[in-house]
Amino acid sequence: MLDPYEIRKDFPILKRKVNNHPLIYFDNAATSQKPRQVIDAMTDFYENHNANVHRAVHTLSQEASELYETAHEEVAEFIDARGMEEIVFVRGTTEAVNLVAYAWGLRNLKKEDEVIASLMEHHSNIVPWEILSKLNGFKIKYIEVNGDGTLNYKSFENLISKKTKVVCLSHVSNVTGIINDVKKVARTAHDFGALMLVDGAQSVPHMPVNVKELDVDFFGFSGHKMLGPTGIGVLYGRREVLEGMDPFHGGGEMIREVSFNKQTKRCSITWNVLPWKFEAGTPDIGGAVGLMEAVRYLKRIGMENVKEHEETLTKYALPRMENCCEKLEVYGTKDTSAKCGIVPFGVEGLSSHDIALFLDNYGIMVRSGFHCAQPLHEIFKLNSSARASFYIYNTREEIDRFIEVLKEIGQSL
Amino acid sequence: MTSIDDYVARIDGTCGKDKDVIVTFRYEKKDEAVKKILEKASLKKSVAGIVFELTFKNHSFRLYGSGKAILRDLKDKQELNALLSELLF
Repeated sequence: MLDPYEIRKDFPILKRKVNNHPLIYFDNAATSQKPRQVIDAMTDFYENHNANVHRAVHTLSQEASELYETAHEEVAEFIDARGMEEIVFVRGTTEAVNLVAYAWGLRNLKKEDEVIASLMEHHSNIVPWEILSKLNGFKIKYIEVNGDGTLNYKSFENLISKKTKVVCLSHVSNVTGIINDVKKVARTAHDFGALMLVDGAQSVPHMPVNVKELDVDFFGFSGHKMLGPTGIGVLYGRREVLEGMDPFHGGGEMIREVSFNKQTKRCSITWNVLPWKFEAGTPDIGGAVGLMEAVRYLKRIGMENVKEHEETLTKYALPRMENCCEKLEVYGTKDTSAKCGIVPFGVEGLSSHDIALFLDNYGIMVRSGFHCAQPLHEIFKLNSSARASFYIYNTREEIDRFIEVLKEIGQSL
Repeated sequence: MTSIDDYVARIDGTCGKDKDVIVTFRYEKKDEAVKKILEKASLKKSVAGIVFELTFKNHSFRLYGSGKAILRDLKDKQELNALLSELLF
């Protein structure tokens, strides 16, 4: 069991007030807060070790390179990848998906091919494929979602065929928190010779993830949702798949050699080894240091404990939310064992933004809108939704306060 | 001369099917803005003295004591600016 009261001491921002009320931060699915340890690690890097990485012999560059490489190693260990060669640092999950779409999809997807995604995807796992399909002419098919927000596995089985080249699926829905059985989907995808790409933005911060066990080919996630800084994220790629791919961006760092051929008057280029082949230009070294510290922080707590804590909070919140006001509706499945700590809801007669502004008045931060998942809202027949999402520093007392304010909202109607 | 920008810090379109507009008043001017708007608009309902449901010239909107307002059914930015001008000056 983790102790959220002890954990809260590490998060400076949780001491502040918003609109004269103690801050209650329930917008963790959008981004998490940062512990002192992460902030200090980044400050220490910039104050004591800052230099560009690789290809310099001076002391500072060697220190920075060592930190940067260690960050890859520790992230690899965190998700049980085979090694740092399989860990590409990117800006976030969005860039991870775009890297796969452009570096793999652009070259491999033909007109007769098909890509499968689901209707519960974040726009970042839909839009890159839709853009690419306009260039390459391949078809995109969407897995249906059931009325309770769960994935319709039958629909997936009906869609997949030998034409399918990649299946794109979120591990955890960013709207409902529902956990998808990506292992099962990956097995079927592989049976048909397709690759499996997983958006892990909402799973890696909240539960143990083992990419080997899931047996997926690509897995993207963001540092800022797991206590790390913004601007850094991870694309895990199975080594054999990454080795067969050309780079995404061109520039320094991702090449081993660029030599000018006097006969052809062209430059011939040899790519660098993994993962640097996919990390063109000066990377976000400070961000990598922050991400590494975030991973260490989560490892000290234990991801099983993180999952258990969020499940406990969700179990505590769900019935209280449903009973606090007649006009309040929680969307999606209520089975807390099948979901992470994300609770989408609405109040009849109020827009999600009204709910969020009302709560904001009391220092409670929730998100409102489509949460970048408009197709799922269309399935739910919703104009938008409010979303409360929990993390390691949230407490039952905060939920009690949240419920009190929701009751007040109900009484105001 | 005082302008809307002296009172307004941000104007954001909401995310969702309803294209509402959220106006955030400048922190140092929010109390003044809230007071002025409450003087000009008709109060339909007040919740705990922090949320005000108001109407003004066929526009219904909500004003929050934290210095934010959510405005609906506006045609364009011109209509929003005209409404804010009338409410604030």
